[in-house]
Amino acid sequence: MLKGKQSWVFTERPVIESSAATGGPFEAKGRLSDDFDILHDDLWMGKESYEKAHTLLLEEAITTAIEKANLTKEEIHFMLAGDLINQITPSSFAARTLGIPYFGLFGACSTSMEGLALASFIINYHGARKVVTGASSHNSAVEKQFRYPTEYGGQKPPTAQWTVTGAGAAVVTNNPDKQGKLVTTSATIGRVIDMGLSDPFNMGGAMAPAAADTIKAHFKDMELDPSYYDLIVTGDLARIGQETTYELLQKENIHIDREKFQDCGLMIYHEDQPVQAGGSGAGCSASVLYGHLLNEMRKGTYQRILMVATGALLSPLSFQQKETIPCIAHAVSIEVHP
Amino acid sequence: MGNKKMTPAQEQYKKLEQKHETKRPVLKNCLKAFLVGGIICVIGQAITYFYIYFFHFTEQTAGNPTVATMIFISMLLTGFGVYDHIGQFAGAGSAVPVTGFGNSVISAAIEHRTEGFVLGVGGNMFKLAGSVILFGVFSAFVVALIKTLLTMWGVL
Repeated sequence: MLKGKQSWVFTERPVIESSAATGGPFEAKGRLSDDFDILHDDLWMGKESYEKAHTLLLEEAITTAIEKANLTKEEIHFMLAGDLINQITPSSFAARTLGIPYFGLFGACSTSMEGLALASFIINYHGARKVVTGASSHNSAVEKQFRYPTEYGGQKPPTAQWTVTGAGAAVVTNNPDKQGKLVTTSATIGRVIDMGLSDPFNMGGAMAPAAADTIKAHFKDMELDPSYYDLIVTGDLARIGQETTYELLQKENIHIDREKFQDCGLMIYHEDQPVQAGGSGAGCSASVLYGHLLNEMRKGTYQRILMVATGALLSPLSFQQKETIPCIAHAVSIEVHP
Repeated sequence: MGNKKMTPAQEQYKKLEQKHETKRPVLKNCLKAFLVGGIICVIGQAITYFYIYFFHFTEQTAGNPTVATMIFISMLLTGFGVYDHIGQFAGAGSAVPVTGFGNSVISAAIEHRTEGFVLGVGGNMFKLAGSVILFGVFSAFVVALIKTLLTMWGVL
């Protein structure tokens, strides 16, 4: 049901039946390694190319999520997934292997929540009974496309971010037995915001206004106060973007408790890992949410969270042509059903 | 960055955002670049002396085998995944010497090996170094032209 200008309320409360996260060697050394279902100790993951390894990450996340829900892939009606690679081939190739009817999504690093919002919408309106959604990124495959070769010795500035090698997926169902389960309750779809920044080594700074805009819209549409949530998590703003978003929200009179405002890009790695400002990539919010955060909710650490995945909608071509970086953010509210 | 058509709201945001940006530690980076760049040059000098004392090279001709050796070392360090870490530490210190040029060619060649030898390695290995070669050769041509003209007119 549409509420306010750009939000959906999921009155049927679609259930997140299960979720899974996969990661690479760098994530295995990170802070959240215990929350990954599968961790690879090699970036190649036994494949001939990084792109194939990228596909594998998503395939494994989806397969594991389906297994955890005690379902088979034949029982899943639709798959919604996306990534950062040209023409989202890793997601489409994973859909080829899985054979599930498929929607390919592109929202850059906001794809995880674009997928979860749409999956919940489909379930809420009886478009399907079981849907799987996910997002993924692979450090080497993404760097290869957007930046320099992985072994190139260019110096990255302290504002740069480290692309996460990882994938996350969740199975969303219309299960009528909701008690104690994780449900999606609402979603806010973001506008594309461009505040004129054009440095691809400072994505957090470019994405901050989009995150602030969506968070503001969510509270306005839902007529809620930030204290409603136990945690408000942004996707991959990293240190600079997150601090900037916090200040923007303060200016808009949206006061969030600083401890309750976190960022997946800052949660995933240890501080001594050489990631500059923090993690990024479509797999960042997906693996942290579908791994760590949902596990914490199942344990009872949080009852209600608002996940705001942020994406920078640039291409290697657009920044070479001196275009500024348009950004987007989508928010989904996840709660433990009483 | 030099966008002239920024709206007042964008200008205002840029100011707000810049407060949170971590600045590049310019002085520290310069020192690191000086040290690492210097060390690379010392190694190069040692190799030059090696070729002069142990082989029949003169100070003028020892340059070519020295450059080849430096690039070979750079190739090994790139292949073993060390050079990018040196680069992150040293910045221009490891990018400006010929080893940095070698690294840019070799890293691109390794990166695109998965697309095959012709379209992948062949088509992409000069993707970063190509502009260095183009503008290097072109500026050498311009300088040589000026020198030739000045010599012809008897200025030099």
